[in-house]
Formats: sequence, structure tokens, C-alpha cells
Amino acid sequence: MKTHTLVVLMQDRPGVLNRAVSMFRRRGYNIASLAVGHTETPGISRMTVVVESDQIEQVVKQLYRLIEVLKVSDVTADPTVEREMALIKLHVPGQQRAEIVALTEVFGAKIVDVASNTMVIEMTGGPSKVENFIDMVRPFGIKEMMRTGRIAMVRGPRGHSGADLVEASWQSEGMGTVGTVAQ
Amino acid sequence: MSEKRTGAQILCEALIQNGVNVMFGIPGGAIMPFYFAMWEYRDQLRHVLCRHEQGAGHAAEGYARSTGQVGVCIGTSGPGTTNLVTPIADAWMDSTAMLAITGQVSSAVLGKDAFQETDITGITMPITKHNYLIKNVDEIAYAIKEALHIASTGRPGPVLVDITKDALQATTVPDYSKKIFMPGYRPTVQGSKKQVRNAMEMMLGSKKPLLMIGNGVIMANATAEVRAFAERYKLPVVTTLHGLGGFPEDHELCIGMPGMHGWVHVNRAIQEADFLLNIGGRFDDRVTGKASTFAPNASIVHVDIDPSEIGKNIAVDVPIVGDAKVVLLSLLEEEPEERKVAEFHGHAGEWLGKIRELQQKHQHKQQYLNRPDTSMLLPHDVYAAMTKMINERGNYRVVTDVGQHQMWAAQLLDWYQPRTHITSGGAGTMGFAVPAAMGVAVANPQDTVWAVCGDGGFQMTNQEMATVMQEGIKNIKVAIINNGYLGMVRQWQELFENKRYSGTPLSGPNFQKLAEAYGWKGITVESVDQVEAAIAEAYATDGPVLIDFRVEREVNVFPMVPQNKSIGEMITE
Repeated sequence: MKTHTLVVLMQDRPGVLNRAVSMFRRRGYNIASLAVGHTETPGISRMTVVVESDQIEQVVKQLYRLIEVLKVSDVTADPTVEREMALIKLHVPGQQRAEIVALTEVFGAKIVDVASNTMVIEMTGGPSKVENFIDMVRPFGIKEMMRTGRIAMVRGPRGHSGADLVEASWQSEGMGTVGTVAQ
Repeated sequence: MSEKRTGAQILCEALIQNGVNVMFGIPGGAIMPFYFAMWEYRDQLRHVLCRHEQGAGHAAEGYARSTGQVGVCIGTSGPGTTNLVTPIADAWMDSTAMLAITGQVSSAVLGKDAFQETDITGITMPITKHNYLIKNVDEIAYAIKEALHIASTGRPGPVLVDITKDALQATTVPDYSKKIFMPGYRPTVQGSKKQVRNAMEMMLGSKKPLLMIGNGVIMANATAEVRAFAERYKLPVVTTLHGLGGFPEDHELCIGMPGMHGWVHVNRAIQEADFLLNIGGRFDDRVTGKASTFAPNASIVHVDIDPSEIGKNIAVDVPIVGDAKVVLLSLLEEEPEERKVAEFHGHAGEWLGKIRELQQKHQHKQQYLNRPDTSMLLPHDVYAAMTKMINERGNYRVVTDVGQHQMWAAQLLDWYQPRTHITSGGAGTMGFAVPAAMGVAVANPQDTVWAVCGDGGFQMTNQEMATVMQEGIKNIKVAIINNGYLGMVRQWQELFENKRYSGTPLSGPNFQKLAEAYGWKGITVESVDQVEAAIAEAYATDGPVLIDFRVEREVNVFPMVPQNKSIGEMITE
């Protein structure tokens, strides 16, 4: 199945994440990664979701059916900056520290905690870079690891500003020709 | 305007202001403040006290489906709302405009497993178009406005508004003037002109065209436009289960119902067609059979107001997102060269002739004539009398339940008018008919409303007969096609499971006596010669009537496409 990265802008209301995730579950769409957070515009949240699906058009349409979803973009083919973060706690006896320090420097990772036998490393980067780094440090002995979902942003002036959506939003008066409530 | 009101009063006023005048429900602890306030508004807001929330929900559906307005149902927290889940799911599957108002425990105990607390917004998330949990009295007026708007526009559907008891009791100065603001909800009404042109070009290039119409045509009140379009281009018209009544069945272009229990000639026509224009149908699996084998030779144009329906089950060549009526008007505006149209008429006429030939060969055999030589009462006898008698008298609605009787009604009654055939299609909810018919009867006091049920479905919700009596509803007649089985399951067991009738033989009470116990008139019919007299008596009775038609027990619905088979492979006897 093909992997797609979707950027979803939605109104920040209680339950909206639940609605989206519940829709993925019941329709059998597989979420590989998910990250949600605030945007530059108050009241609008942004979700980056990596989906494995051969019916991406259906996935997008089903997301749009949710009342609070404002915009869905499949950015898979677009030039994007994609980032994930991992916190990795390694078992590091004193004599191996230098080796780890060298590796973290090569990958641009950060050592955020050092104890007598462990180190915690913060690794931020594109998905494959994070993956590579994990492979490199695995032989030292990973005691704990936590990874975030992927976040993505399209490069250049084009993008997904929440403010644009609010500007362009629409008032529903006069809409709804189907089964309109009798007045 | 500056007077303070309780949340419950605001709820009543918001409903009235947004056009609601009837509600079906049952009170309980959490929703009590609403019932307290409702009393003040009883002249504008009629409340029909049901016997079960499922009945209230189906009644709201019947109300909505027969009028095009939003049907409103009410339940209290906990079991009161979970009992509404089935009708909500039913409304979701059949795109029925419904507003469910549910009481919730006070916000102070919300999330603490309080008495009669259930997470109804969580439960109904997958089966509502949208839902709300309101904990603040200031949000009630706007939420009701928005909920009714969502339920009734675009592709209609159920919306649930769950309101905590303390929000109903709290007071505030209401603001009803807030404008609807939903940047994420913009149903596309106008179809793309370019796609409309593409569709026309594709159609005129075809030689074996079909027009298929579904629920969307009826909900958009587009039957006149469908007729004008079909007549303009002489298109043979297929009506899906929910499209029945969207095009008159005695029209020379109407060929009938497709699908699992559709007519052989219709399914064959679909398999042979080189062009299929589906307006407002969703290519349900009961219509398509095995989807990969459906209409293999046809270019397909699909018109639907919900973009997610297009390409979901069947790949289409031309997608048109829009309201059925608006798109049909765009199609009618097209002015192709008359020479092309004349040529097309020629092909379409020849094609229709071919379909009619097939029909001669297959349908009549199935319709009434394929009746074993017996004096026993067959379901077909009931329908033959019924279609004649209800059409002679006019002003009728027929609400069917789910199962064999439902398919026979679809096949054997003649449908002429939109919103006269109301059934549970997508969800297939047994127990739908009696309460839904009650909702139809409340909304349409001028019509005679027939609930046609099996003896199985009838027994699921028949307690609403008491509601009918209490409310003084007189224009409802129930016909039970009583074969002492859960008949459709029995039919499958007969055909595919070597007659292992596991869990299908069904006993019931004496339905005539049951009716009489409720204060209805009850009639038992056991032979062919009593059928017409019983229906006539039902019409002559000024009040609710139940007729128990005790039919031959093991009759099957044919034609039939076995599940997951191509619609080209039909069992005809």
C-alpha cells in the first residue's frame, strides 16, 4: 500500500481528534503516524497524518465529511519539510561515551541527559534520518525510546495557513436546497 | 429580549424559531427540565409521548422522510439515549434529516459514571452527521440552529445534541440572532458545468443508455426535473428501492427496480447498458451485487451531493457533485444539436424495445402469475388487492419494514408519487414500520398511512400502537404479512442452507386480539376472498386498523441475486 502524508486543518473543538481517528478506524484506514497541535491561528488545529492506503481519495473525502475539518491536503508529492523527534535512552558504560558523542554530532542530535550508565539523546530530523540514527545506536543497547508522529510543512510561499481559511470562510445563508427546514 | 430564560425554555424557543413543531420522545431524569419548559410552549410544540425511544426515533424518521423537514426525537440520558441509537443509525444510512435531543447528567458529575450516564456523543460519533455535548446554557440557542441546519442541508442526516441537566436549568439572556458560521461545512449544490457537458456528450454518444434514480432525487424534490429530462432524451429509467415513487411506474420509460430483488430485465439491462447516469443513488451493494461485475460495458456518470459517495463503490467516468435538482436543471439547459438528439432517440427507442421484450419474458411470470395453483392466501394476493385499492382511493403513504414483505411491496405495489414509499433501506432495521408510519401519520393527517410489516418486525416495536391511541391518530392502518417465520432469513436457509430453519420459525400472539387490546380494530384474513373486504373495512373504519394476513408460510421473494454474485446471475424460481 502507498504511504501518504496528509496535512489537515480543523477547528479546535472538543472531540475533533476523536472524530478523525474514529473515522480512520471504522473505515479501516491504517494510520502510520499522527501528530496534532495548534497553528498560528487561534481556534485552528493542524494534524499531520501518515496513512497507508490505496484509496487516498476516499480518505480525503471522508475527512472532509467531518464538519470541523476545514482543509485536507495530500502533500506526499510536494516539496516538504518533514520532521520527527525521538528521545532515546541508551545504556552507555563510560568507555563508550566518546563514540556516542561522535555519532550524535554527525547526525546533529543532542545529548540531553547524562548519568553514570545512561544517556538520553534527542534526535530531530526527517523520518529516514531518525531511522538511520536509531539503527546506528541500537548496538549500544536502547533502554527506552519514544518517538513523536511526523509533522510536515510545504516549502516556499504556498502552504496551509489557518488564517486564510477563516478569511475565505462562508456564511451559510441561502444555502441548502435539500430538505431545508420549513420556516 | 433582555429577559432571562432557562436553558430548557431557550431550547423550546430555538426549536420553534427554526421551524420545529412536532417532537417524539420520552422523559426521564436528565431531560426533565426540558419537559417542564415544554408545557409552556405546548401550543406551538407538540410532543408525542412514545412507548420506547426506538419508536420515537423511527417516528421522527417517518416525519422527516414524508415531509422533507427535520424529524425531532427526545430521550433522557443513559438507556433513553442508547435506545435512540438504532434509529439514529437508520437515519444515517438512509440520509434522513433527524435531530435527536438527549438529556445528559449534570456537568458536575459528567465523566464519573453517574446514574444514567452514558457517553452518547462518543457512541453516536460514527453514525451522526455531527453531534454536540452542550454544558453551557449560552450555547444552546446556537447549537440548535446549527444542528437543524446540518441535519437538513447538503446530504441530510442525523444530528444529536446532548445537553447536561444543569445547562437546561441555568438561566441566561438568549441570543437567537447569531448567524451560522461553519467554515468547514459547505455542501456543493451546483454541479460543475464542464462535467455536465461531459456527461451529456457521453450520453449522446451511447446507444444503450439508462437513467438510474435514487433517494437523492426524492430528497431534492427533483421528480419533475427527472421526468422532464428522461422524456427529453427518451431514457429508460431505473428506480432504486429509495427511488421508488421518484418516477411514475406506469410511465412508458420506467423499467423498474434493480438489484438483489430487482427485475431480471432491469439487471440484464444494466449489465448490457453502455451508459448509466445515476442521480442520487449510492451504488449500495444491494443494487450492484458484486461491484466488480456491475455494468461492465457502461460509461458511468454519478451525480451525488456527497463527494465521498462518488467512486466509493463503483468507479465512475464523470463525477458530478451537486444537488440532484440543480444538476438536473443544468442538464436540461444543455442544448445539443437536434440531429444528434434525433439519432440518440432512435437508439434509445430501440434499446427500450429490447428491454421491454426481456420484460415480457421475465417479469410477468414473477409478478402475479407465478402463483401455484392453490386456494391458499399468498402474499401476492394481498399486494395485488392493495395496489389496486390504495391507488383507487389515493392520498396514501406506505411504510414498510424489513424483509420479504418489504421486497414484495417494492416489487408488487405500483409507485407513482415521491415520498409515498418509505422504508428502512441501508440499515435494514426491523421494527421500523409501525413507529415510522406513526410519524408519517402525524405529519400527514390528510393521508391514509399503511404500515406493511412482517410478523417478526411488527413484534419488535408494536407497543407504539398505544401511542397511536393516546394521540388520537386515526389515519394509520397496519397490514401484517404473517407467515410465522423470520421469512427472509428462512428463504436464505431454504436456498443456501439446505432448509436448516435455525431460529426462524416464529410464533406470535393473536394479532387481531392484540389490536383490540390496544383499542384498535383488528381483522384476521385467512383466504383470498377476504382480502379486498378487509382492506375496504380498514378504509371504512375511522380509526387505526390492523389486518393480520395469514399467508402461505414458505413463499420466496424472486427474482433474487445471491449475495456477492453478479446481478446478471439471478435465481428466478
